[in-house]
Amino acid sequence: MSQILRQYTVSTRRSTELVLLVGAWLVGVFAWILVDAASNSGSLGGWSALLSAGLLLLCAHSVVRWQAPYADPVLLPCVALLNMLGLAMIHRLDVANAARAAANNSPQPTPDVYLQLTWMLLGLILFSLIIAFLRNHRRLAQFTFTSGLFGIVLLFLPLVPGIGNVVNGGRLWISILGFTFQPGELAKIALAIFFAGYLVGRRHTLAHVRGSILGIGVPRFRDVGPLILVWFIALLVLVLEHDLGTSLLLFGLFTVLLYVATSRRSWVIIGALLLTVGGSAAHFAFGHVRIRFSIWLDPFSQANGDGFQIVQSLYGLANGGLFGTGWGQGYPQLVPFAKTDFITSALGEELGLAGLIAILLIYAIVVERGARAAVGTRDPFGNLLAIALTTVIGLQAFIVIGGVTRLIPLTGLTTPFMSYGGSSLVANYILVALLIRISNSARAPENFALDLPKSEVSA
Amino acid sequence: MIRKINRVTGVLIFLILVLIVNVSYVQVFKAKELRQAPGNQRVLLNEYSRARGAILIGSESVAKSKSTSDSLKYLRTYPNKSTYAPITGFYSLVYGATGLEQAQNDILAGNDSRFFVNRLQQLFANRKPTGGTIRLTINSEAQDVAMRALGGRTGAVVAIDPKTGALLALASSPSFNPNLLSSHNATSIQNNYESLNNDPRQPMLNRPLAMTLPPGSTFKLITAAAALESGKFTAASKIPGPKRLKFKNSTKYLNNWTGKECGPNGKTTLKNALAISCNTSFAWLGMNLGQDKISEQARKFGFENSFQVPMTSATSRFPQNLDGAQTAMSAIGQFDVRATALQMAMVSAGIENSGVVMKPYLVDKVLGPDLSILQNATPSAFGRAVSETSAKALQDMMVAVVNNGTGSNARIAGVRVGGKTGTAETSPGSPAHAWFVGWANAGGKHVAVAVVLENGGGATEVSGNGLAAPIAASVMRAVLSK
Repeated sequence: MSQILRQYTVSTRRSTELVLLVGAWLVGVFAWILVDAASNSGSLGGWSALLSAGLLLLCAHSVVRWQAPYADPVLLPCVALLNMLGLAMIHRLDVANAARAAANNSPQPTPDVYLQLTWMLLGLILFSLIIAFLRNHRRLAQFTFTSGLFGIVLLFLPLVPGIGNVVNGGRLWISILGFTFQPGELAKIALAIFFAGYLVGRRHTLAHVRGSILGIGVPRFRDVGPLILVWFIALLVLVLEHDLGTSLLLFGLFTVLLYVATSRRSWVIIGALLLTVGGSAAHFAFGHVRIRFSIWLDPFSQANGDGFQIVQSLYGLANGGLFGTGWGQGYPQLVPFAKTDFITSALGEELGLAGLIAILLIYAIVVERGARAAVGTRDPFGNLLAIALTTVIGLQAFIVIGGVTRLIPLTGLTTPFMSYGGSSLVANYILVALLIRISNSARAPENFALDLPKSEVSA
Repeated sequence: MIRKINRVTGVLIFLILVLIVNVSYVQVFKAKELRQAPGNQRVLLNEYSRARGAILIGSESVAKSKSTSDSLKYLRTYPNKSTYAPITGFYSLVYGATGLEQAQNDILAGNDSRFFVNRLQQLFANRKPTGGTIRLTINSEAQDVAMRALGGRTGAVVAIDPKTGALLALASSPSFNPNLLSSHNATSIQNNYESLNNDPRQPMLNRPLAMTLPPGSTFKLITAAAALESGKFTAASKIPGPKRLKFKNSTKYLNNWTGKECGPNGKTTLKNALAISCNTSFAWLGMNLGQDKISEQARKFGFENSFQVPMTSATSRFPQNLDGAQTAMSAIGQFDVRATALQMAMVSAGIENSGVVMKPYLVDKVLGPDLSILQNATPSAFGRAVSETSAKALQDMMVAVVNNGTGSNARIAGVRVGGKTGTAETSPGSPAHAWFVGWANAGGKHVAVAVVLENGGGATEVSGNGLAAPIAASVMRAVLSK
């Protein structure tokens, strides 16, 4: 017994995490230095920002080392790397905005990178709190319906008069005490908990089939209810908030979880049908959806109108080519919303195809590591929650990156961990904290009671 | 459930792979098309973000890029303002480029394949590529003298090294200041361009290369060359030179501009006929030789051809299908004969160079961004226009023009100078064009020139000797340092 325990103690891989984390931080530091070098500003500012980012990551690492010693060692460094790259690109765009303001003799804009750093601080504080105080992810199952309610409230909060904000045609912001927040980002986590908790208890009933059409099992009508409900909520989000991205993400997430929970392919087919019906109805009913489709099909004929963003994004990617222009050497500032939705094309321009593939592979690693936690944990709720959270990251990255590279129609979503925006960054750190927590239980020795201090086990 | 989780993971990873395939398509396979898309600002910004190579004369830059603090990182400047505008042209944000800026853009912008290794090094050093530099054949003193001598009058001066074809001066007047069009302010560029474009004197026109004019009596050199080459005549041959000459198959007459016979009994030598620019003699020669002989001789000197210097010159023309009167008039450079100043300089240069016409060129050396020599100009012959014997005879005849004939103002003390004046009639009522073409050599240096003042450059009394010959003399003196 003690033999096995020792073996596990040796393989916590916390030092691997530390080394990878330092590497991720250094990539960000070098990127920042290159941006400053390219802007010919002479002095290298921003050391305080870089050092505080490093310290924050170090603190997060310490909390993991202390409270979740068996956690996956790759997840945190991966998202930290995405975060650092995002910070460097936001800084790079700040530099461009400052230069433009100087050229136009207009007042210097406030750099966004420091605010993003503040959000990173908040995100990592919440990350640490979750790691420290949520000792067992199974406790979240108790809050299934609370989470569901919370998620739906968050989702529709922007519709409340007085605090709801319309930004670029989408009603997905709330504004409280001068801070704007996108509650949909938090809603997706709350709903992931709800879906996992709801489905884990009902997966056996939902797996019942009434008959079959073309060899595909058809579920009982009353079991389709929840799917229809989520479909309806997703449509409401689309109709009332003009938020195509979140609507697509939520519906996709629920369909995936139904499939995993029940092992029935019919849910995927029904989901796809509902998506097609909802999508085409939206296409015919709403101008904003139609515009998204038309600029996807032919952006160049409206390059100076509705297609401007996507065309500029493609020009940027083309300018980057294979190896990119290098940090600070391209023109990512020509793409509207380069710091938020279009940060991928900004990175694609300056880091090239090589850099962009590296970034996409990091998302792939995050997905793979999240899935490993989902497979490794020994409780069905944990299985479902981990794959739900993993799907949120993977699907969101696909929807937004596919949109700005014109693989699929453009929908407004933030790029996880890279885009400028507090709600997104904070929510994603919470999400990763949950994943890390689940991975800890997945990788911990089976008889290692999570709630027991180490000394009791070795006794 | 575990198997389904793995399947979902597989789908998510697959979606990311699809993203990778798609960005590869956009950034590599579709990239070229996207970069060339109209309205893609990045192409222009990229071009302006590189230090464009300089255009040098000796070690002096006549066009160079200066780094700025605005979004277009380099500003093109022309320190000598209008002096070299006919050569450099302009490089404009709004109107593209002209002159060498356009003709040598691949080198100046660093896009030329010769810079490939260089660009590869810069790629790995993460530095913006810089363009190549070109060094010109222009003699700054000759160019300066030519521009000053023209002094704003409408006209052109070309000076060539007859041995190589290297252009020593290429002056066009009135000229313009290319800095007005190369700024980064689109509005001021547009305003400046509009006012230059609306100027009736066309300051942006490159006259020595683009303007074709009747060459008048300077064309008699070609008629004389055709006569010598025919074998029927020598410089000493006696040919008719009456007070007035009746055209073949016509009742009309050509009068001598002097109103007198060109020699006793209306006869003179070919040499003297050229020296005093006898119209009736050359009109007679034209009818005697026939249009084909003259046309072929003109072609051998470069007519019916355009030249890349590297800017493309206009084609000089000798008309076809002429009747007797038209042949006679064409033989004295009137009717529909049209020639550029460059072409007439090449005629003079061919005669000086023992009959061989060299291809004209402006770029002496192409230098890499590190100023290493990538290419040296290799002079090449356009072809032999006349035999050495004929060239020798024509030289003597041209010297007689300057020493004892109509070209006295081109004399340079102690230097052998040959030349030919011309006063080309234009439409009735407007003043004639004043021409002078010639050559000189001294101390191993050789120069051939052509000078034209359109409509006499505004003078009331128009003559090639009075107006054009002094300019030619001063340019030749500048080249020979006399």
